Amino acid sequence: MLLLDAVVDESIEIENQIFLLKVYSPEITSNIKPGQFLNVRVSRSLYPLLRRPFSVCDVDGEYFYLMFNIFGEGTKILSRKGKGETIDVIGPLGNGFNLDGDYKTAIIVAGGLGAAPFPFFTRMINSRKEILSFIGGRTLKDIITYGMKNTSVATDDGSLGFKGTVIDLLKENIEKFKNQKVKIFSCGPNAMLRALKTFALDNNFDCEVSTECAMACGFGICQGCPIESTDHPEKYLLVCKDGPVFNVKDVVI
Amino acid sequence: MTKVDLSLQIGSLKLRNPIMLASGTVGYGNEIAEFIDLNKIGGIVTKSISLKPRKGNPPQRIVETPAGMLNAIGLANVGVEQFLKEKIPFLSKYDVPIICNIAASSVDEYVECTRILTSEETIKAFEINVSCPNVKEGGLQFGNSCAMVSEITAKVKAVTDKPIIIKLSPNVSNISEFAKAVKDEGGDAVSAINTLVGAAFDIFTRRPKLKNVTGGLSGPAIKPVALAKVLEIKQKVDIPIIGIGGIMNWKDVVEFMIAGASAVQIGTLNFIDPYASQRIVGELEKYCLQIGIDKISELTGSYIL
Repeated sequence: MLLLDAVVDESIEIENQIFLLKVYSPEITSNIKPGQFLNVRVSRSLYPLLRRPFSVCDVDGEYFYLMFNIFGEGTKILSRKGKGETIDVIGPLGNGFNLDGDYKTAIIVAGGLGAAPFPFFTRMINSRKEILSFIGGRTLKDIITYGMKNTSVATDDGSLGFKGTVIDLLKENIEKFKNQKVKIFSCGPNAMLRALKTFALDNNFDCEVSTECAMACGFGICQGCPIESTDHPEKYLLVCKDGPVFNVKDVVI
Repeated sequence: MTKVDLSLQIGSLKLRNPIMLASGTVGYGNEIAEFIDLNKIGGIVTKSISLKPRKGNPPQRIVETPAGMLNAIGLANVGVEQFLKEKIPFLSKYDVPIICNIAASSVDEYVECTRILTSEETIKAFEINVSCPNVKEGGLQFGNSCAMVSEITAKVKAVTDKPIIIKLSPNVSNISEFAKAVKDEGGDAVSAINTLVGAAFDIFTRRPKLKNVTGGLSGPAIKPVALAKVLEIKQKVDIPIIGIGGIMNWKDVVEFMIAGASAVQIGTLNFIDPYASQRIVGELEKYCLQIGIDKISELTGSYIL
């Protein structure tokens, strides 16, 4: 766990209001795994006060990328960072995806900005496994396919690809993978993760999900990000330390 | 370079400097120890401990607000037994005073927790949390009643020789009356302030952002309130005060000391800059040298009205 200033190289608007921030930090890039996150202090001012957690979107040599949309004051400031400016970073944080295992195909299921960790994931797993990527959003503006391969798209309003949820799309395509050894990796809104959990358990697919929760510190001291544990209902797990990636069986979403 | 004496004493509790880490903002010390040398800090106040483990509130527990944050953690903690078995061994490796914060749902539970924990030599003092705004039983129900604060102080004092610090609520009209109740019952110090009760709503769903509806407001937004409360206590009651509320840097620490604090606690800042407390210790020393004082305790209550 490092606390350091990392130097911004550039901020790129890859799609309408979706940004990629390219940042130089060999200390971070040599230590981070897909699915782990960084907690970023965007400015030293009192507003915004807290850090913002971002999963690492991609790593290329000594640069890492963060993907975000403009949601509030913090992301607005981040989107305007220019070359040579610094961001104050704590990380790498949490547990990433477990890429190992006896499976042939990695099935990615991403909803909206839940696509963020998968370019790095794809880069790291590409040479070892087959990849099928299922990407969902409310409308075509929410669809992010950046850095992913073998993509199939679903939109709630049918403005792009399959009309329906990404889980419906997954069910439509189950014949493509149900007789192979597969592992599902997912990130997206809770409603999507809940539906995915049912799908994965019904079909006996191994499945890891990256969860999200409002948090302050990102490393366990604020206790702000509880998630219900399947096996130990008497206590919460923490999204930041015990996750953000969990086996879908282990958490109540 | 001349050395500045940063040390101070509250009852029998000796601190090497006035910078303490506030309860509920550093857990049981292990995570923050990856960022700072705990031996450089004045003292560590543990996460509130209750007799039995507490699960805490469901999410959402945290909301950011202008220059502050609301939290409704709900005193999630491992309970006395597990605290002694699993958390104390880590803390005991350090040469830093451990102040154990205690939360409870009844007077008996405060007493029982203190009675059990007082024999643990790593614990150098107790801070009694009578002011948590985020639990249904205990917490503010005690902190809003002078009679309850008196009773808790007296009964807890009766089962330990270690210093008792009562953490006061700002959600009262006359905080100094509570400080006086603590002093009258033999309490050694007060911590001021705990968080202010606050709320935030989502304007589209019209629901409160916190699952608990209300939470405790902390961060720089509450600093002026905290300074006024510290000053009120200092002017009316002769009892050591540990100042808490929105400290973001060494200048804020100096302000609290001028207003009357003997020591301070760093809280929300630990989430934002986990190295800050250690940095502030060094900066305070520089400030003392700059203004030419050789004992930092000279600052306490040095306001000129």
